[in-house]
Amino acid sequence: MPLGLLLVQALNGLELGVLLFLIAAGLTLVFGVMDVVNLAHGVQYMLGAYLAVAAATWTGSFWLGVAVAALACLVLGALLERLVFRFLVGADHLEQVLATFGLILLGEEGVKLVWGPAPLSLAMPAALAGTIPLYGGLHYPVYRLGLLGAGLAVAALLALVIGRTRTGMRLRAGATNAAMLEALGVNVERLFALVLAAGAMLAGFAGAVAAPVVAVDPGMGGPVLILAFVVIVLGGTGSIGGSFLAALLVGLTDTLGRGVLDAVLDAVLPPSAAHMAGPALASMLIYLLMAGVLAFRPGGLMPARSRT
Amino acid sequence: MRFGTVGAILAMLLFGALPAQAQGPVKIGVLVTLSGAGAVLGQQVRNGVELALKLRDGKLGGRPAELVVADDELKPGVGASRAKRLVESDHVDFVIGPIFSNILAAIFHPVTEGGAILISPNAGSSVFAGKSCSPDFFVTSYENTQIHAVLGEYAQAKGYKRAFLLAPNYQAGKDAVAGFKSRFKGEIVAEDYVPLNTVDFQADLARIAAARPDVIFTFMPGGLGVALVRQFHQSGLAEKIPFLSAFTVDESTLPAEKDAALGLYGAMTWAPNMDNPANRTFVGAYLAAYHAMPGSYAMQGYDAVQLINSALKQTGGSTADRAKLRAALHAADFASPRGKFRFNTNGYPIQDFYLVKAAKRPDGLYETEIVQKIFSDWADEYASACALK
Repeated sequence: MPLGLLLVQALNGLELGVLLFLIAAGLTLVFGVMDVVNLAHGVQYMLGAYLAVAAATWTGSFWLGVAVAALACLVLGALLERLVFRFLVGADHLEQVLATFGLILLGEEGVKLVWGPAPLSLAMPAALAGTIPLYGGLHYPVYRLGLLGAGLAVAALLALVIGRTRTGMRLRAGATNAAMLEALGVNVERLFALVLAAGAMLAGFAGAVAAPVVAVDPGMGGPVLILAFVVIVLGGTGSIGGSFLAALLVGLTDTLGRGVLDAVLDAVLPPSAAHMAGPALASMLIYLLMAGVLAFRPGGLMPARSRT
Repeated sequence: MRFGTVGAILAMLLFGALPAQAQGPVKIGVLVTLSGAGAVLGQQVRNGVELALKLRDGKLGGRPAELVVADDELKPGVGASRAKRLVESDHVDFVIGPIFSNILAAIFHPVTEGGAILISPNAGSSVFAGKSCSPDFFVTSYENTQIHAVLGEYAQAKGYKRAFLLAPNYQAGKDAVAGFKSRFKGEIVAEDYVPLNTVDFQADLARIAAARPDVIFTFMPGGLGVALVRQFHQSGLAEKIPFLSAFTVDESTLPAEKDAALGLYGAMTWAPNMDNPANRTFVGAYLAAYHAMPGSYAMQGYDAVQLINSALKQTGGSTADRAKLRAALHAADFASPRGKFRFNTNGYPIQDFYLVKAAKRPDGLYETEIVQKIFSDWADEYASACALK
């Protein structure tokens, strides 16, 4: 692979990684702190995208659309906590899966009822609509660099909140050992409500800012959900730093790995065999990465949970 | 036994023995994908079917028609059980469906062996065009690989030497690539198969930019196509490399792709801007009823009902004489919005194929428009393997 292409693919990998981090950040807190398997996280991501499209159409402004969508998802997260999640804390993981799977069905059908099954689109904001020329006549949209920046900003913000505030301290304690935290007199129920609402907001925000580059349709939550779980398990549930690192790794592995794999297979195998083996192996790469890391570090890259 | 019971049984035997001619309504099952990824296509077919019925005041061949709509959920098992229910419990005379080829494989035998006529408004697998053909199976769309071959033919005729092929990594994607390659004899720079859940094509676009092909061929249906088209447009490659696509820029995805799709090519047997009376009626009525442009899926569903109507007119509304009904269906004596339409021996159409282009109408809606005819009266290549004459 020529160097120029390698660099572009690395940039693409980083950008995919940052998008994955935005999506996974909320999930890792919910799973890590509350020990709740939230399958509905993908639906929250989808709702963020749909609400952003609706709000942007209504107000005429992309930025307002994103802000409204994020806030609406925060409220929705708080509502879901009251109605569903407070009964799932401490429950068997299977029950959590069943309940949140029900939320997925509800969310997807609801979205289809309101907006119909056809894909929607959200235009990029004018300020970020340009492109910069890269390698080989390829133009890189400025918006994606904006996405990269937004992801890094959110990562920094989360690091600040979690590392330097009282609430953050309690979150870290909750991720390490929730029972002990409760015994120390912290209102864990209120903490969990906060985590869930914040997680929903993060997911919604990710959906809103991803909307201009992906297709907004009722099925958009599914693929990102799987990737998000890979990221949080790889990074260590409950660890924001771990999620960030894992997300970048997954993004780079997927993008660069596919490119390198294709080049290698094309060189050693006949075309038809390479075309059959290539895509199959490429989709396995991130799972191989996850399996490899977990074999040596079962808690993930930066585990938060203590072993008591 | 009591007298009343005997009397009731006698009455049932007497009335049950009367021949059920054009008395009850003709029942038509509509088995398409109405949930999940392909729902928008199923919705289009359903709209086309309901519109055709509405324009005929709910009567086909003079007989009132009743629709039974079912959702196959894009799952072959569900499709098969729904098909059985339509045929065995609802006693439908016809089944219009499905959208997807894997569902067709699952419902083909339950429907045709259950005594109903199956009319596919979209899926046109090659296997049922050839040795597994059936006299009770008709297709109002095309044989699956024909659309891809149209684009391959165009690329070959235009003199493009190097092509980059991009498709999702599943059977239909592989079939699309094979269909294109059946007509395009130039160099294949790359065959890029992406996972079905891809949201980000930046890596593939970078490969395309590095490879500098003369032409791109892709099959990216639904949300995949929307993401690809929008990202392709942002990458600045659209001005440099012609983009030939199957099912990627059509009326189901254009509303989301908008201006990003303008100038990109597709292939189809029809476009909304075709100028003939049947098409003007169809497009006008569809717009008025649904406030959206009809795609080929809607047109094919509409034609399925027109086909049934034309056949029932010939048989006087009766479905009792199966041989007569089959012959009447084969005659295909109706005006299709696509112009010329007739059936081959295997129940698949012989029709014209065109290169189309995504465009914006004066009223702001997006549609595909005819660019040039690629094939005239083109039959599929599997008909010779079919035993029917």
